[in-house]
This record gives sequence, structure tokens and C-alpha cells, in this order.
Amino acid sequence: MIEVNKENFEAEVLQASGPVLVDFWSEKCEPCMALVPEVEALSERYAANMKFCKLNVLENRRLSIGQKVLGLPTIIVYKNGEKMAELTKDEATAANIESMIKGQIE
Amino acid sequence: MAVIERDVVIVGGGPAGLAAAMYAARAKLSTVVVEKGNPGGQCRTTYSMENYPGFARGMTGPELMDRFAEHATEFGAEIVRDAVANVDFSGDRHVLHTAKGDEYRASAVIVAVGAEPRTLNLPGEHELRGKGVSYCATCDADFFEELDIVVIGNGDAAVEEAMYLTKFVNSATMIVVHDEGVLDATAIIRDRAFKNPKLKWVWNSVVEEIAGDGIVESVTVRNIRTNERTALATNGVFLFVGTIPKTDFLKGSGLTMDARGYVPTTELLETNVPGVFCAGDARVKYLRQVVTAAADGAVAAVAAEKYIHEEETFRESVLEPELPVMVAFWSPTSQASLDFLPAVERIARERKGQLEFVKIDIYKNQRVAKRYGIEQAPTIAFFRGGELVEKAPWPTTEQDLELQANRI
Repeated sequence: MIEVNKENFEAEVLQASGPVLVDFWSEKCEPCMALVPEVEALSERYAANMKFCKLNVLENRRLSIGQKVLGLPTIIVYKNGEKMAELTKDEATAANIESMIKGQIE
Repeated sequence: MAVIERDVVIVGGGPAGLAAAMYAARAKLSTVVVEKGNPGGQCRTTYSMENYPGFARGMTGPELMDRFAEHATEFGAEIVRDAVANVDFSGDRHVLHTAKGDEYRASAVIVAVGAEPRTLNLPGEHELRGKGVSYCATCDADFFEELDIVVIGNGDAAVEEAMYLTKFVNSATMIVVHDEGVLDATAIIRDRAFKNPKLKWVWNSVVEEIAGDGIVESVTVRNIRTNERTALATNGVFLFVGTIPKTDFLKGSGLTMDARGYVPTTELLETNVPGVFCAGDARVKYLRQVVTAAADGAVAAVAAEKYIHEEETFRESVLEPELPVMVAFWSPTSQASLDFLPAVERIARERKGQLEFVKIDIYKNQRVAKRYGIEQAPTIAFFRGGELVEKAPWPTTEQDLELQANRI
């Protein structure tokens, strides 16, 4: 997964061609840490269909709030610079993330 | 897609499940904990842990839970990352199917699924979750650095989490339904909170609505004495209004739950289903804390061990033999049974080869006795081919018993 931050978010996510998944996380967020292996497994399974990025909100607080992310975990799929789908809090489960990915690559 | 056989399956890896795993593993039971996330449960999302005995300061929820998990695995318990999707408690062995497609079979199951934060279903609450509405201070505190937030709830958890949040936020406004100065939180926590300059207090009030365009911008507060409504600008709303048990997946399993989904248990943490125990926040109890969850885990594991041992012994000695079995249900507290036992022993000795003989202490093993409707000691019962064929409570004379034994 590509580590994105305030420097490269525009280029890697918003200007990218094709769908991009961004995992907003922080090491203080236990549910996020619990999701890490699940999201990494998905990033391998769907590597051919989608770009996978992660964003540490502690180092990029303004960028996160700018994306209207004020709670963790949050997983967003962008396409052509726009939010296509989003899962947050207890909706952000491995099963839901996988069906969100499937819905965005069809 | 494997079938995994274990003595004990523990559903949920919070403090109750991990303590149960440690006790069960130390008792040499093959033990597995099925936990969907990282072990630790709700305690994992609590930063400040000041009320676990032995750790006044300097211990956090995640650290303590890492130690619980290490302690359990140290003695041989296994922790797997999966979620139990549905259960079948109808057979001799309990069957649990997981989200990943595995099937666990166990003699005893300990339900230690815990609880999750309760929601209020206020207008805007669901829509703005993760957009300023939060139930987890450690997850989201950083977003609100230098910002203003509202906290709903005034119990111990709410006030402690609010105090944690004041390390980050500019101000936290507590909306309290009670009269000025009255909190549900205990005195020590209340006194500390009243000294915290970043906490503001709004009394006799409830939040009616959370509003904002994409992110939280304000809440509507209603004073319950005057019915006056005020819009209060805020960047975040944290709700700490109690918990609900995560027992939804057990609906239809035959396990008894109360109207809110909590599982009633006996003192041994038995549920209504033999071999299924419930420990921690998911059961009906007075105090839901890490220390009481851990204590539950110990009780449930020891009760489960005893259950497995008794069931195995009963099956091997009473239900499985080919010969008829004479069972003396006795109790060390009953003088009559102590007086009667020598005669029963003699009758059994004289019929060796035709009749097996087993003594069961009903004081220690009430469950088996109850299953066969045996309430007093001494009672003599005869089993053949795994079935109860006859039972005779005291008083039975020696002669009657001889005749009965001969007939069988």
C-alpha cells in the first residue's frame, strides 16, 4: 500500500486514473490497527483492479478534516478526484470493504 | 473450511475471554479464543486504566490487554482472528460456524462477546458518524485538537473519557440531564471533573439533534425544566451513554436472553443451555468493569472444566457400559446416605459381573442429578444402554434394593 500525505495526496489520489482506496488510520485507533491485516490482504487480492493507499491522520490532520474525515477507521474509494464510496466506524469491516471494492471495480 | 475440535471454545477476546482462556489452558483443556479484532475488547479503546487492582498509574487499556493475551497464550491457549457467525447448541457437542468458514466443535462454550457503545438514534447521529460524531475517545481525540466538543453522558465512563479528551480539545461541554452538581459518576471522578477547567457544564438538559453539512456544526440542546431549545455550535459530539451486548448472532440458538439481549446466568455462569457459559459484559450483572470481566472469565473456565469432567465421567461410567449400572446418588451432608452406602456397596459387590456400580455425589454434581429428576440423597437409580430404567428414593430397605437389583 502506498503511504499518502499532504504532499502527494493530490497526485496519488485525486489526479489518479482509476479507482483509489484510502485507508485513514492512526496508531492510537485500535479498530484501525485491527483492520490493517484485513485491508492489506484486500490490497493484494485486488491489486490489479484498484490502487491502495493509507493515510496517517495524526500527521495529516488538516488534510483529513478537509476530506471530511473526523472519525476512525474510515475507508474511502475515490475516482477522478471524487468520493465514490465511504465506510466509517463499525461499518468498516473486512466484508463491507470487500463489497465496496467489488462495487467500484465493476 | 476446517473442522476444529476443542475442549473449550471462547467467543470473544476481551478481558473475560482472555482470563477464561488462561484458566482453561492452565487446567490443561484444549482452548481456543475466537476474536474478530485485536484481543482486548472495549478495554482496548480505553486509554486511562486506573481501577484495575495493582495498576494505579501508568497502565493503559491496550497495554493491559496485551498482557492478558500473552498470559493466555503463554499457558497454551490459542487466539484466532475470526468472527462466530452462527451456532448450533442442539447436539452433544456445541458447533460454531465462523465468518471465514471454519467449524468449531467443543464440549463447552464460553460466550464472552462483551458489549458495544449504545447509540441514541438522535436526528443526525447516524449520518454524521465519523464526521464529528464519535463513541471512541482514543480513536478520534486527535481530530479535535484545539476544537470545541460536546459530550453526552455523565456516568463514570463518560466523565473519564471527557477528561481524557480535555488533553486535546479547547473545551468539552458536558450535557447533563440532572440538576446542577449531580452526576451518575462516582464521587472521586466527579470531584476531579469539577476541577478540570476545560470541562463546561450544561445542567437539566438533553441533546435533541446533531446538525451539520457533511461534518458536525451544531447540536440542539433542550432544557428539560423550561423546554427552552438552544443551538450550540460545536465541532464534535462524543456519546458515552452505556452499552448494548453483542449477542445478536445468538438469537434463535435457544440461549435465553433478556429483552435487551443480556444473558442471565447462574452463580457458576451457566446459561440455560448445558455446557454454554457466559462471562463479562454480555451477561446480566451489577458491575461491568475489567476486573469483574476477568473474574467472570475465571469462574466460567473453572465451571466449564468441572462440567466437561463430570459429563465425561458420567458418560463413560454410566451411559456407555454394556452391563446395567446401579447408581447411588448420595451426599456427604446426608447422614441417611452415609448409613446406607455400605449396604449398597455390598449388594453391588455380590452382583459383580452382572451389574456395574457408580456413586455420584449430588452435592458436587447437581446438574446430572437434576437432569434425571433426582432431588434427594440417597437415591438409587438403574441405567441400561444409556437410559434411566428405574429410580427409588429413600427410604428403600436393603431387601427391596436386593430384589430390584436382581430384577434388573
